[in-house]
Amino acid sequence: MLDPRIGIIDERLKDICNVIAVSSGKGGVGKSLVASTLALSLTNKGCSVGLLDFDFTSPSTHVILGTEGLRPKEDKGIVPPQVRGLKYMSIVHYSGKHASPLRGADISNALVELLSVTRWGKLDFLVIDMPPGIGDVTLDIVRLIKNIKFLIVTTPSRLALETVKKLVSLLKELKIPVIGVVENMKTDKSKSIRQEVENEGITFLGEIPFDTNIEDSIGNVDKLWETVFAEKVDEIASKIGALNTNS
Amino acid sequence: MREIPFKLAFDKGFSMHEWALAEAVISATCQIAEKEGIKEVIEVKLKAGELQQIDLDILKFALSQLKTAKLKNTVFDIKTAKAKLKCRVCGYGWIFIKEKLDENTAEAIHFVPEIAHTFIKCPKCGSPDFEILQGRGVWLESIKGVK
Repeated sequence: MLDPRIGIIDERLKDICNVIAVSSGKGGVGKSLVASTLALSLTNKGCSVGLLDFDFTSPSTHVILGTEGLRPKEDKGIVPPQVRGLKYMSIVHYSGKHASPLRGADISNALVELLSVTRWGKLDFLVIDMPPGIGDVTLDIVRLIKNIKFLIVTTPSRLALETVKKLVSLLKELKIPVIGVVENMKTDKSKSIRQEVENEGITFLGEIPFDTNIEDSIGNVDKLWETVFAEKVDEIASKIGALNTNS
Repeated sequence: MREIPFKLAFDKGFSMHEWALAEAVISATCQIAEKEGIKEVIEVKLKAGELQQIDLDILKFALSQLKTAKLKNTVFDIKTAKAKLKCRVCGYGWIFIKEKLDENTAEAIHFVPEIAHTFIKCPKCGSPDFEILQGRGVWLESIKGVK
């Protein structure tokens, strides 16, 4: 018995120049906010962008984008709905406000299903919002997406950095490119995270100060653009946008 | 034979999710044929799990339209498999029945069968923690061909 879906994934992703997994070892570091804002920012810069929420059990990008009740179109597969010019795919399109309690094998199956039937078309960037940790989704996308690259988010906390180091170590071992590390929720001028990241031979993409306005902007993209958070992510997006010309 | 599925496909806007699954089946079959040195594929046996509620007429039609030269005489033998679910909490086993679901829920499960864990609960204890023992989606069972 063979799962025929695996073989079609390359075909589905062949017109996507860059697939970026926004990941971290820990939860609560701001991955979803960075992923959503990065995708919006790259779109504003004229790139064609997709945003894929792979945090199946705790999706939140739809809350950040302020979308509700979106349903993909069917056209020989699934065509993601558009939000602010970006193509947006999430399990929430089907689960709505209900919980999706999934175990590992179910997560892998849902991931394979979405990769094998979603028609993204041509994209400069597909940004994936990852669940925290080094679990099923990380192992599956490394296995199934040939040109995957990682953008890693940490906070100034030693706890977050410790898990990020483990993620970086795994990705190095698997020879998966890491675009760089972003330090989010920064409250002081310490350069220790930057130094530790650079000591690992990884690019430090930038720091984002702890922004007290960010909570009020959730669900309102116009408000999000006015935050220091978005300004800093936009600077990071400029660095990442340059990847597109190099691909 | 073609008129009926074509009409179905036309009625459904020629847009069903089955098309994407048919592409996956054709792609996987071609990859296996290439690997095994098969020049002409004679028969492909498929299992379609009832949880995904595949429209077999649309799937067959899509397969017929997507055939490559190596598959021009291929017979696709598609059998359905009951979706058997088993509760991990109380051990109760049951069969998925589409008719018990509303249209939106059935459609959501059709697109991503794991959504079953969102909307279906164990009929005995009410837990969403169940295992899909069989009958989830489309599986390639065997390929016969001429080398």
